[in-house]
Order: sequence, then C-alpha cells, then structure tokens
Amino acid sequence: MKPVLLALTALAILLAVVAPGFYSPGNLRELALNNVAALLAAVAVTLVILCGEIDISIGSQLAVCSVIVGELARAGVPAWGLLPIAAAAGAGLGAVNGVLVSGWRIPSIVATLATMAIFRDGLRWATGGAWVQDLPAGFQWFGLGQRAGPVAVFSLTAVIVAVLAWSLRHLTAGRALYATGSNSEAARLLGLRPQRLVFGAFTAAGALVGIAACLNAVRFVEVPANAGLGLEMKAIAAAVIGGAAITGGRGTVAGTVAGVALLGAIGTALTFLHVDASWEKAIQGAIILAAVAGPAVAPSFARSVRAAR
Amino acid sequence: MALLDASSVNKSYGGVTALRDVSFELRGGEVHALVGENGAGKSTLVGIFAGRVPPDSGVISIDGVPVTDHAPSSARAHGVHAIYQQPALFPDLSVAENIALSLESQSPLAPVNWRRRRLQARDLLARAAASIDPERTVSSLSIAEQQLVAIATAVGARARVLILDEPTACLSAPEIDALFALVGELRGQGAGIIYISHKLDELPRIADRVTVLRDGRRVETREMAAAPAAELIRLMVGRELSAIFPKQDVAPGATAVEGRGLGCRRTGLHDVDFTIRAGEILGVAGLIGSGRTALAQTLFGLEPAEAGQILLGGRAVAIDAPATARALGIAYVPEDRGRCGVIGAMSVAENVTLTDLASVSSRGFVNREREDRVAEHSCERLGIKTRGVRAAVSELSGGNQQKVAVAKWLSRGARVMILDEPTQGVDVGAKAEIHRLVSEMAADGLAVMLISSDLPEVLGMSDRVAVMAGGTIVGTMNRGDATPEKILSMSLGGMRQAGTS
Repeated sequence: MKPVLLALTALAILLAVVAPGFYSPGNLRELALNNVAALLAAVAVTLVILCGEIDISIGSQLAVCSVIVGELARAGVPAWGLLPIAAAAGAGLGAVNGVLVSGWRIPSIVATLATMAIFRDGLRWATGGAWVQDLPAGFQWFGLGQRAGPVAVFSLTAVIVAVLAWSLRHLTAGRALYATGSNSEAARLLGLRPQRLVFGAFTAAGALVGIAACLNAVRFVEVPANAGLGLEMKAIAAAVIGGAAITGGRGTVAGTVAGVALLGAIGTALTFLHVDASWEKAIQGAIILAAVAGPAVAPSFARSVRAAR
Repeated sequence: MALLDASSVNKSYGGVTALRDVSFELRGGEVHALVGENGAGKSTLVGIFAGRVPPDSGVISIDGVPVTDHAPSSARAHGVHAIYQQPALFPDLSVAENIALSLESQSPLAPVNWRRRRLQARDLLARAAASIDPERTVSSLSIAEQQLVAIATAVGARARVLILDEPTACLSAPEIDALFALVGELRGQGAGIIYISHKLDELPRIADRVTVLRDGRRVETREMAAAPAAELIRLMVGRELSAIFPKQDVAPGATAVEGRGLGCRRTGLHDVDFTIRAGEILGVAGLIGSGRTALAQTLFGLEPAEAGQILLGGRAVAIDAPATARALGIAYVPEDRGRCGVIGAMSVAENVTLTDLASVSSRGFVNREREDRVAEHSCERLGIKTRGVRAAVSELSGGNQQKVAVAKWLSRGARVMILDEPTQGVDVGAKAEIHRLVSEMAADGLAVMLISSDLPEVLGMSDRVAVMAGGTIVGTMNRGDATPEKILSMSLGGMRQAGTS
C-alpha cells in the first residue's frame, strides 16, 4: 500500500478511537467544503509536476479569478455563466506561464515566481485591496440554497477530479504528459512535442484553478481580494505527499487526493486530539519530509538497524 | 536503387570537423557495418540519418527521394529507427508503454488500449528473445534489458533502416545470438541495417559490407569477406604521425606513483597494475568504456579503490576522496572540460586559484591582488590567451580553457598529473601548445598519466603506453615498440575476452 494511504488510515483509526466526534456529519461536511479549492489546486499542480515543471503562481491565479467571478456576478452575469468564465480566465493566466516556460524557455520556478508576484500585485493595483461586496442574492451557492448548493459544489469537484484521473491514466494525451516528464529528450525524439504538452499542462492547470476560485467564492457573500495566500505550497505539498516525483514522470491524481485528505484532516484532527494548533505547520512539514525521504532512507535505516542487532 | 543514400555529408561542431565529404550507401536486405576509432565520426553520421543531428551540407535520400526535413520524427516517418548504446527510454513508465509510445500514433484524445499494449509487448519481446515482464518499470531494468526493449520496439515498428550503435557491448553470448537471429530475420524482410561495433570478430558473422571511417572521412567500403580484421585495423588507424609532438627526453627519476591490483566493482575496474616514474609520461589508450576514465577516477578518489593498493613515492596511501588526492599532490584534468574542467562563468584568475585558495587568502578573505599575480604568472607560463585574468573563462577558446584547467593544478605544485582527453575538441595550434606544456611538466619532474583516444598523440607523447580493455590494463609497451596497429588490436582483443564472459 502507498505510504500516504497508510498514514491516512492510521490517522483515521486514531481519530475513531480517541476522538469519534471527528466523524460527525457536520464536521466532515465542513472539512470537505474547506478543501475543495485546495483539492482542485493540488490536482492542477500535479499536471504541471508530472511533466517535470512547477507552478507556484496558482495562489495568485486563484485570487485574480475569484475577483473576476465576483465582479462579473455583480455586473449581472447569471450564476450558471460564472463557472465557464472563471475557467477561461484561469486558462488565460496559466497560458501566460505556459508561454514563459515553453516558449521563452524560462525555468518554471523562476517564471511562476515572477507571475505569482505580478498576478497578485496587479490585482491589488486594480482593486485597491477592496473586497467585492454587495453581491446579488443568486451568487451564493449559485442560488441553489444552503442545502443543495454544497452538494452541487462537492459533486462537481468530484466529477472533475475523477475525469482527470481517468484521462491521465487512459488517454493518449495523459500518457504523453508522463512520457514528457519521464524523459523529455526521448519524448522529443518520438515526435511528442514536449514544449506543446508543457504549455497545455500550465493552461489546463490554470483552468482548474479558475474553477476552484469560482467554487470557493460562491461559499460566501463577499469575495476577498487576497484569496489563495499560500495555496501553492499546500497544493505542491499534497502532490508530493501523494507520491508525485518533483522531477516529473511519476505521480497520480488518486495519490494527490489522498495527500489533500491527509493535510486537510491533520489540522482539524489536532483540535480533536487536543494538540496545540501551532504545531500544524510543523507536522505538515514532517509529513512532507517523511513522504519524500522515507522511501529513500527507510531501506538503509532498516539495514543499519539490522546491522546494530 | 539504394535504400538510403548519403552523398557529400559535412558536419562540424564549432570549428572542429566531425564529418568531411562522407558518402554512404545502404541497400535493402544488407547489414552494413560501420567501423572506426573513437571520434572517427560514426555516431555523428548515424545521428544525421536518425534526424538527431542536422548536417551542414550534403544530401540524404531514402528510396531516391531527398530528405529535406532533418527531424527525428521525419526520420521515423521514413522508417529509420536508431538504437543507441544508452537506449532513449522513459524510466518511469512500463515496458509495454515504452514500446507502445514508439509504435502508436493516435489522436491525443483517443483512449489507450492497455490490453492490446500488453499483448503487443509480450509478442515483440518474445520475438526479440527477451524474457521481460511487460509490466515492469523500465528504471528497474538493466542496460542490457533496456537494449532488448529498444530492439523489440524496432521490430514492432517494422523499421526499414535500422541503426544499431554498439548493440552487443553489454549483452551476454545467448543474447547476442538472439539479436543476430533477429537482425538476420529483418534483413530477410528487406530492411537495411547499419551496424556499428568495435568487436571486429563478430562482424563476419553478420555484416555483408563494411565502411571504415577515419577522422571524419570515409576511407573505404568493402565486401565483408574481403576485409579481414587486420586489414580493417590498418584502415582504421592509417594516420600520419606528425611532428607536432615535442616530447622532450627526460631521464626518469624514482617511481612516483604505483598501482597494485586496483579494482572497483562499481566502475568495473579490476586488477590494474602500473607504475609512473617522476618525469615520465604514461599514455593510456583504449576504447571508450574500457576503464580509462574509471582508472583516473579511482586514482583521484572519485571512485575509491575497493581492491588493491596505491603507492605514492613508495608509500601506501588510502585515497578515499578527491580532497585526499589533492592533498597528496595528485591533479586531475577531466574530460568534458565544459562540465568538469573549468567553471565557465568564473574568471580566469578565480579558476586558476580554485585548487589552492589558501595560498591567496588571509584570515578567510581572498586577496585579489595576490590572486591576480598568481593568475598572471600562470597565463604567462602556459601561454593562455585572454584579454585579462578577470575575463570569464567561457569567453576563451577551447584550447585556452583547457590550459586554465591545467594551470589551476600547476599553481599548487602537483606531483602526479592525470590528463583525460586533454586535446579533445581543440584546434591544431592549441593542441601543439598543450603538448608542449605536458612535455614541460614531465621535464619538471611530474609523473603524467595521459589518457587519450588520439593514437598519434599517445604515441608521440608517451614514454610508455598502457592499453586498457574491459576494465583492466591488457598490455604496456615502450615508446619504441608501440604502433597504432598493436594498440588497436590489443584494445579490440582485450574487449573480446571481456565481452564473452
């Protein structure tokens, strides 16, 4: 079994024994909805990581898309029109990264470090830091109400993630993404056009972040101008914990979903386990280290333990 | 009509000519062997056929139609399939998927048929006589197994022109038999096969014709039956010994460095015995992969010896890291100067003093004036042409960069100097200067190990020549006894012994 599933199972059992209150429907519902944006963002960044690149601008992309969604809703765009527009806006931002990385050949960490700052500060310049308020009544939960709205949001997220998981595993384009990340030169020799795939991955990631922005924004009656701060780190952490290789070519959507679940559950679990919440980030850091170093260190550690005996 | 026809192909890399006016013809239904020394231009020529390397001029035609678009994909569309020594596979993906990626060309949105991929892989691997589970990840395969996967792929692609670059270098005897059977089968189906190999004794088993390349030119194409191994060797080496190797005669001093039974499992080095006296140049010849660089790496502590002993000035020393080697007075100028020899973005002065910062520093701070003085002295002594000691090394010509790589060791007074392909890719003038420099180092009492694929250089510069093959020294000759033919037949012969085990 994958290490991340092992950890998740261990946490689930621990909570069931020590703090069964964690499993109350209300808590689980809250937990799931709180992590919708993180889940979509983590899947988005997984696409980029699979082809051997990185995108640290997704938090800023989310902020820009959230404000766009809010402003359009206030300008009278009907609720059903918001989602496609958000996806298109996100795709546009992702395409900017794609051009910088695959067209201009700027290393992705540098390119997206720059766009991370540009997107966020551009937004601050445009809005003056003001939140989008006075949204129409039909904005929250797409006007579906407090009961059906969350169900719709969560179902849509689940469908998108499932479709992506299937596509990466079973579509020719998905496999080409793995091939590019695994050995970009060999992919070029096969005529797979790695640069185009990298551009596609950044653009698709942007579209996913746009959808995440929209689904996240409709939970509230106002749209903050500083959404998604630190989202990129949470997303990358989840992908890595889920088994994605930062060098590309290895990783799955299912792994990333498990990574998001583990990171998401830890925070709440600490409260239930009466651990000081200030430990949350440190524990997340430890999980990342364990996920990445564990497979490499464990065999030699086991050897030295055997040798010591 | 020839299946593949190349006429007057030229290619040079930054002033260094790799191919000069080479013409080559491959018929359908033949195995055409391509032989030549290291650097003769074999890999460049097949690289051009495979669309990996664009030619500077010349025409490549397939079935009489000139190829205009030099790209890997168009070569593949013409049925040209190349398999290199290190197969270009996807390490994170399964064997079945690696094979399928080369064979399938479907729209990006088409779903993958995993069952068909598995069956196809199983079938093709069976035809290549490889018992490999198609579900295994390629990164878990040995190089030999990866080679078989690449061959199975070429079979599946129904390649019309198949290029095999040293395919048997890491295969065992039964695997080689299976490969030859498969090559015979493809030939029977009308494919043309270009076969690069250093194992001259296996060529009569498989090749119909043979072309010899030397220094980027085609020397001759013959029927295989009319080309005995001794004749091929003569054609491969027939180079003039020019007068540009000014090795001064030096009365050698005491033994400076000695290796006894050196071995290292990781690099395949085994049972290496040698001595170099002060003031002596030991030339080390051998094919790429024969263990020459591995020996240098062991002496310099990059791949510490697991067996045997290294003696410096008669005293046994343990060299477990480059820092130890450096402290003992061993200097190493590696091949691939761009990657390991110099730091291009740093200045000449910074590079020169890099090996001995302590001598130009006080209390942890580098004294720039002292650094300049040391560097200026080196530039003068070695004739390094630069616009100043603060110029970046990357601005210099290849020959001058190499001199900087040497200078950084001379500035700290080494006792043993290991040079790995010191004149690779430098022009004739710089080459002569480097030879003069090496000769002067020996005259100053350094023990020099000169690793080189350039036989005239080895013969001209060395007091003695050691020939390596299959990870060990297979023979050592005095300068007077060594000939290019002897060296080459020893390298090839030794490889034969090691290859069949």
